[in-house]
Amino acid sequence: MTLTRTLTTADSNGKRAPRADRRPLTFRRFMRKYFVGIIAIIASVVVFIVPFAFIFLMAAKTPQEASLFEFSLPQQGWMLWENLITVLQTRDYIILRAFVNSTVLTVASVVIMVVFAAMVGYVLQRRKSRWNHLVNFFVLAGLIVPPAVVPTIWVMQGLGIFKTMPGMILIEATFGLSFCILLFRAFVSTIPRELDEAAIIDGAGPMRLFFTVVLPLLKPVVITVIVVQAVAVFNDFTGPLYFLPGEANATVQLTLYNFQSQNLSQWNLLFMDILLITIPPLILYIFFNRQIVAGMTSGAVKG
Amino acid sequence: MTKLDAPPSAPPAPPQKKRAYHGSKGMYPLWFYIPSGVLYVILFAVPTFASFYFSLTRWTLFDTTFIGLQNFETFLTEPQLYQSLINTFIYAFLTSGAKVVLGLLLAVLLTGAILGRGYLRATIFFPVLVSTIGVGITFKVLMDPFDGLINKTLETFGINGPEWLTNPALALYSVALVDVWKGVGIATLIFIAGIVAIPQEYYEAAKVDGAGAWKNFRHITVPLVRPATATVILLSLIGGLRSFELIWAMTRGGPGFSSDVVASVIYKQYQAGFYGLSTAGNVILFVVVAAIVIPLQYVLTRRQVES
Repeated sequence: MTLTRTLTTADSNGKRAPRADRRPLTFRRFMRKYFVGIIAIIASVVVFIVPFAFIFLMAAKTPQEASLFEFSLPQQGWMLWENLITVLQTRDYIILRAFVNSTVLTVASVVIMVVFAAMVGYVLQRRKSRWNHLVNFFVLAGLIVPPAVVPTIWVMQGLGIFKTMPGMILIEATFGLSFCILLFRAFVSTIPRELDEAAIIDGAGPMRLFFTVVLPLLKPVVITVIVVQAVAVFNDFTGPLYFLPGEANATVQLTLYNFQSQNLSQWNLLFMDILLITIPPLILYIFFNRQIVAGMTSGAVKG
Repeated sequence: MTKLDAPPSAPPAPPQKKRAYHGSKGMYPLWFYIPSGVLYVILFAVPTFASFYFSLTRWTLFDTTFIGLQNFETFLTEPQLYQSLINTFIYAFLTSGAKVVLGLLLAVLLTGAILGRGYLRATIFFPVLVSTIGVGITFKVLMDPFDGLINKTLETFGINGPEWLTNPALALYSVALVDVWKGVGIATLIFIAGIVAIPQEYYEAAKVDGAGAWKNFRHITVPLVRPATATVILLSLIGGLRSFELIWAMTRGGPGFSSDVVASVIYKQYQAGFYGLSTAGNVILFVVVAAIVIPLQYVLTRRQVES
């Protein structure tokens, strides 16, 4: 009786902001913190860690063992390195080339997004003109409207950039612009105008003012934009599927998808491929955790 | 620093006038819009406007013939295509609702004093960053009706696991489940940011008034995280209505056409060479997204101003 009562009150203590930490650790709070915590951790391991461990274990097995789909340690020896080599050599190193393609696509489109969107976000925040309404409308439309696929291909064919890497870069940059502009506009409003004025008095022109004074001050949001958009472009499958078909420029996501339809018997290699393309976002997440969180939760407080 | 710079230039009158002129207009040139504007207009606005015309044509590789509203008629009468529209709604509202509820609960849990808070936040969020195709393939294997880990685990508890992806009545919901698994992390993060921004004084005042945890949650947390709720609802609805990658990776709209959504129909018709029909699908998707999201955004943000 007493135990259940303790438990229910402990549970019903519900949410309490971090400040509660400072209070003395009573038995109730101890139960809440550790009992609920342990249950949550076990649940998170089952729901979130097991699938990733499964990818890793599958990637370390022999083809026969992997085809059993079992969640177990490899019984026939760890084949991680062998599988890695095999997967890289498949179809004349297509995965290596895909990684190069994806890197080029990601770097180039993110650079365009950062520079172009920063320019728009800056002027949009600083200068009140009759264009503001229109630009704001376009930015929101860019976030909401799904791109019209076939007409886009039609336009790209007209320009001769369909199925080319430059075309794909411009597409990714265009589709990402709206989100970046919103982030930049919000951040520019935190930079005091007095700084602009000081630079103007010192004789800076518009270009100098933006590129040597304002852009360096935007560094935190630039990092956020780079990381968030790099992950988005790297993981994008639909874009390359429509606008960059064909072997020559295949990106990692396309290769993974094609791999799935071709190598039905070699699950270990398929999962090695999944493991490989999970690593770049993982590395970014480890190093830029805070920036990613900042970028993705922007708008949560202000709406 | 600005204060140091200001006095020398302040006394002479003419430069100040010049500064005022420059500050408002010349220093923030409108041509800064041009690079983005060119990309946006050519690769986004023009195709979007062109889609309204092309959706009214029979469009093949070689020529276009104007056929009026026939494509839309096909879309709304052909059972498979019509079904994809229904599925889109089911998928979007289901995933969006689940993300709001689960995200808010997880956020409440993860803003309290709890063991392993940092670890939990990181774990729940990580799937957001992983390739959708990779997640789709992994869960396709995990949801295998006979050898999949999920059904094998259920078996040890004596439960006969369902045929997650091969049962036409269930496939769409299974994919939606994986979508929630992958996307709940972002909802949780947004809610956490919203909860942290609530001033602590509200809870302290409520405590003085003798409010319990449920009342705190119901009357302080829920109303005051409204901006976060609006963000989560809008983002996940837009994402859910446009959803393609996960469905394509897991079921390709199958079995049969049972888990087709508008976005996957657009791709299928494009592959089959029915460009006009595919574009009509695009226009329908556009209308659906706009008709749901714009009024919703209006309602959600207006309420926020009132309160």
